[in-house]
Amino acid sequence: MPIVHMTVPSGKRIELEVKTGTPIMRAAVDAGTEGIIGECGGAAMCGTCHVLVDEAWLDRLPLMSQNEDDMLECTAVPRQANSRLSCQLRMTEELEGLELTLPERQR
Amino acid sequence: METVIDKIPHVDVDPWTPELIDEPYEMHELVREAGPVAYIPKYDLFVVGRHAEVQAVLTNWETFISSAGVGLANFRHEAPFRPKSILLEADPPDHTVVRTVISRIMSPKNLQQLRDLFEAEAITMVDRVLEKRQVDGVKDIAEYFPLKVFPDAVGLETEGRDNLLLYGDMVFNALGPRNELFERSMEKLKPVSSWIMDHCTREALRPGGLGHLIYEAADKGEINQDQAAMLVRSFLSAGVDTTIGGIANILLTLARHPAEYAKLHANPALARQTFEEGLRYESIVQTIFRTTGKPAEIAGVSIDEDRKVLTLLGSANRDPRKWSEPNRFNVERNPVGHVTFGAGIHGCVGQMIARMEGEIVLRALAKKVKRIELTGRHKRHHNNSLRAMHSLPLELVPA
Ligand code: FES
Repeated sequence: MPIVHMTVPSGKRIELEVKTGTPIMRAAVDAGTEGIIGECGGAAMCGTCHVLVDEAWLDRLPLMSQNEDDMLECTAVPRQANSRLSCQLRMTEELEGLELTLPERQR
Repeated sequence: METVIDKIPHVDVDPWTPELIDEPYEMHELVREAGPVAYIPKYDLFVVGRHAEVQAVLTNWETFISSAGVGLANFRHEAPFRPKSILLEADPPDHTVVRTVISRIMSPKNLQQLRDLFEAEAITMVDRVLEKRQVDGVKDIAEYFPLKVFPDAVGLETEGRDNLLLYGDMVFNALGPRNELFERSMEKLKPVSSWIMDHCTREALRPGGLGHLIYEAADKGEINQDQAAMLVRSFLSAGVDTTIGGIANILLTLARHPAEYAKLHANPALARQTFEEGLRYESIVQTIFRTTGKPAEIAGVSIDEDRKVLTLLGSANRDPRKWSEPNRFNVERNPVGHVTFGAGIHGCVGQMIARMEGEIVLRALAKKVKRIELTGRHKRHHNNSLRAMHSLPLELVPA
C-alpha cells in the first residue's frame, strides 16, 4: 500500500498507509491520527481535514474544485498557499511518499 | 441462464411495513449478514447494509447516479411526482454548479454568525421547559427549536410554519414505495401545497437570511432565478423534519441511557460529540437509493445498468465490521464516518447547521437539567425513510 508521511501537531512524524482510491482524510481518521477530525465524512463541508502540503508535491495533486477553495476559507487555522482539504485528495500510486503537515488545530 | 440475482442472497423483507419502520434493527442485521449485496424480491431491488459497501456506493457518483431519483422510483421510467430537485436528484456537471453555491452559503463561516442567536433561543427554550418539568420531547423541544431557528435563519415568516412538517413528511415518504403512508401524506399536504412554493419567492423572504443569499447568487449569474426558488424549496423540505427527528431521537436515547446523560451533564463540552453519536445510533434518514448509470460492481458482484440499489444507512452505522460494540450508545465514542448524512458529493448540504442545532440544544439542556426521565412510552411517527417520532413523554429534573 502506498505511504503518506504526516507531521502531526505534536511534531511527531508518522507514516500512513493509504489504499489507492481512498481519500487521505479517511485513512488518517481510520488510523486514529491526532490532529484531524473529518467531521463531515468527506463532503467538503466542515473544513476539519485541513492539511499543509510540502511544496515539492503541490502541483502533483489534483486540481482544487471551487467548492474546496471556498471551504478552505473556513478552516480553524487560516489557509496558506499550500493548504488543501485531505478529504478531496484521493490516493494514487504517483502520490507514494507524499509529505503532509497537519495544522495546529482543526476547530 | 443464471443471472446475478440467482447468485446473490435473497432477503425476503419489506422495509416499509409499520413493524420494520418501528424496529428496523433485526432486519438490518439480516441484510448485513446475508452478504455484501443482497436482493429484495418484493421490490426487485438490490440492497447494501454493510458500512464499506454503503460508503462505496454513495461515493461513486459516476456509477451510482442520483439523476434517476434517490428513492425507489426510477425516473428513467416513471415521471417524478414533483419537478426534480436540482441538488439531490442531479449528477455532475449540473450538480457541481448548484452544489458549490449552496455549500458556500451553508459554510461553517456563515453559520458561525447564527450561533449566538441559536444559543439564546435554546436557553430561553430550556428555561421554559424546565418550568413545566413534564414535557413532550417532540412538541416542546425537538419540533419547537428547529421550527423556530431554521426558518428564521432562512428568512421565512412566522405564520404557517407547521406546513413545513407536512411538506417534509411527504417528501421523505415519496422516497419509498407508493404505499398508504405516501398517499396519506399527499392527502394531508393538498390543502397547503401551494404555500411552500409561494414562500420560496424572493419577496416572501426576509432580506439578509440564507434564502436571500441564494437569490444573490442568482443575481451574480451563478444560478438562474428559477433555480434559486428550487434551492429555497430544498432548504425548506430537507432542513426541518430531519433535524427534528435527530433531536427527538437523541432525547429518547439519552433518557434510556442515564449514565451517558450523566457524563454529558458533568461535561457539557461533550454536546457536539453526543449529538453525533446519537446520529450514528439512530440514523434519522434510514434509506436512500442510487441507480446504476452503467454496468456496476459491488464487492465483486456485477449489476446491470439501470438497476435500483438501496443503501441502508442505519444499518451501516451499526455494522460490527466498522464499529466496536455498534449497538452500544457511547458518548465518548468518535463516531466520525457514520453515513447518516450520506457521503460524497451528495452528502447532506445542511449537515453543519443540523450539527450546530443539535449541539446547542444538548449543551443548553446539559447545563441546567440533571436528569431526563421517560414518563411513558414514546410513539414513533411512521415515514418511509425517516426515523421520526410522534410523541415522547419526559420529565426534566433541574440541576
Ligand atoms: S472531511 Fe469535512 S471538509 Fe474534509
